[in-house]
Amino acid sequence: MADDISLSPLGRGQGEGTHGEGTRRRTPRALRHVTFMIGLAITLALVITAAVSVFYTPRDPLEMSIAGRLQGPTTAHPLGTDQFGRDLLSRIMQGAITSILVGVIAVGIGMVIGVAFGVLSGYFGGWLDETFMRLVDAIQGFPAILSALLLTAVFKPTLTISMVAIGIAFLPVFARLTRASFLEFRDRDFVVAARALGAGDRALIGRHILPNTLPPLIVQATISFPVAILAEAGLSYLGLGTQPPNPSWGLMLKEAQGFLGLNPWYAIFPGGAIALTVLGLNLLGDGLRDVLDPKTAAS
Amino acid sequence: MQRYIVRRVGALAVTLFFVSLLVFVVVRVLPGDPALIILGLEANADSVARVRQALGLDQPVPVQYVQWVGHALRGDLGRSIQYDLPVGALILSRLNVTLPLTLLAAGFMIAAAIPLGVFAATRHRRWGDYLTMTLSQLGVAVPGFWAGLLLILLFSVRLGWVQSGGFDGWGEGFWRGLRSLLLPAIALGLFQFAVLARTTRSAVLEVLREEYVKTARAKGVAEGVVLFRHALRNALIPIVTVAGVQLGQLLAGSIILESVFYLPGLGRLTLAAISARDLPVVQGVVLFVASMIVTVNAAVDILYGILDPRIRYG
Repeated sequence: MADDISLSPLGRGQGEGTHGEGTRRRTPRALRHVTFMIGLAITLALVITAAVSVFYTPRDPLEMSIAGRLQGPTTAHPLGTDQFGRDLLSRIMQGAITSILVGVIAVGIGMVIGVAFGVLSGYFGGWLDETFMRLVDAIQGFPAILSALLLTAVFKPTLTISMVAIGIAFLPVFARLTRASFLEFRDRDFVVAARALGAGDRALIGRHILPNTLPPLIVQATISFPVAILAEAGLSYLGLGTQPPNPSWGLMLKEAQGFLGLNPWYAIFPGGAIALTVLGLNLLGDGLRDVLDPKTAAS
Repeated sequence: MQRYIVRRVGALAVTLFFVSLLVFVVVRVLPGDPALIILGLEANADSVARVRQALGLDQPVPVQYVQWVGHALRGDLGRSIQYDLPVGALILSRLNVTLPLTLLAAGFMIAAAIPLGVFAATRHRRWGDYLTMTLSQLGVAVPGFWAGLLLILLFSVRLGWVQSGGFDGWGEGFWRGLRSLLLPAIALGLFQFAVLARTTRSAVLEVLREEYVKTARAKGVAEGVVLFRHALRNALIPIVTVAGVQLGQLLAGSIILESVFYLPGLGRLTLAAISARDLPVVQGVVLFVASMIVTVNAAVDILYGILDPRIRYG
């Protein structure tokens, strides 16, 4: 079934499988280790940048200067300025907070609801399973952009809406993963034994089965995190996410588009920040998957 | 086989029911009174009552749903408040742009990803492979709309080869229309291209290790024949599946790219409708696109079952 190919809600593939054992294994292991370290370094840099920007940025990110509008990189403004003369470096630094916040909350929303769906489906089975899975199929028809459009039409565009929209888009993948694990473990000996000893549904689910489903869920969460950051940037670019004057990388790109001829750096740096962040998180996620995913780790 | 297809189509019907229910709940139930969204909170009671009647909001909620779905099934998605035109006709006219853009991006994605993926697989763990994988890592990291901006910056602002966006319509000739969709399609397909290249690589690698490939090689079959007749053909099953699911993603992604390149497609129609509080249009477009995605996914599922009989008994 297409489910087994397991595209994440926003279309990122599962990437490469594991291939080739034996003698030629050494180099790529080391290489993967290197990419993992690069990913870790970039991610740490992102987190530190976000943390630092809470109490320190080189300039006030909201301070305007009409004289210094749309400058390229200078000593005073290493990444240049925007159309109001605001310092781009400071704004990009603060944009990291938005990205991390949205990533964590959106993945959290998708994971919590998705896991709940998956538990009910996989543990109880029957018509409940069938119903939930069709609902999950339906939710898969709503990529983050589509839910965001619909929710924004009804409510006002806010950061919360973009987080909810992105979270909903992640729901199917977490639901399917959890369901698959529950189907696998439901009839295992240790579960049957616990049931024979009088464990109720709640204990069986929470204490016995759920902990076993965690590794693939953690891997999926790390894969989803960068996808969420990309989605947030896209939604803010459309004006459906973060609202001005709050700094968000996507929003900055939307504003930069009007000044491509005057200051191209304005469009280059925020986009570069997104790409670098996503790259780092992807490399980190690939590495983590090698460690945590039992299927991959085994070979 | 027939039973399998009937079962999958039945499941699709249930899924489409849920899609319509989700859209309905968000638009008609969550906000309290949709008439107030359309007219604004300061609207007078008379006009609110008129809009409520026009939209059928004076009926009980389940009746509203049945009426709405009944109309939608007959192709009637309501009437745009802003344009005073049927929403279905508006969607069809904008599909002129969105559909070619999506298909062009899909064509670019397939034409670039499959050869590159096969190439990487044949150079497994050598430089060609690492280079391809690095490219695909970058492709997955770069947001499509930023790629679009960079393309505009290079080809329009710097080199002046193309205009920075806009679409003159197909009336000016097929190639002129296609030309304005070229850069957006590349930017749109980039992410999915990277995903598909990875998928192709691992699928081909998987097959290359099969016994029958070894047998073919041992028999002295030319490497090209081994690669394309024996390996790629069998690897196509997962590739087709992923590519099919990606079609829906491309359709959704086109909404952003249309904004980058000022293309008058479904995405821009919807964004304008949001600013104009044209709720029927937003509701119609979202219902339409979500149904398309769900249907394509189901079709891929069915195709997968046909291509690979093992699935049906799984």
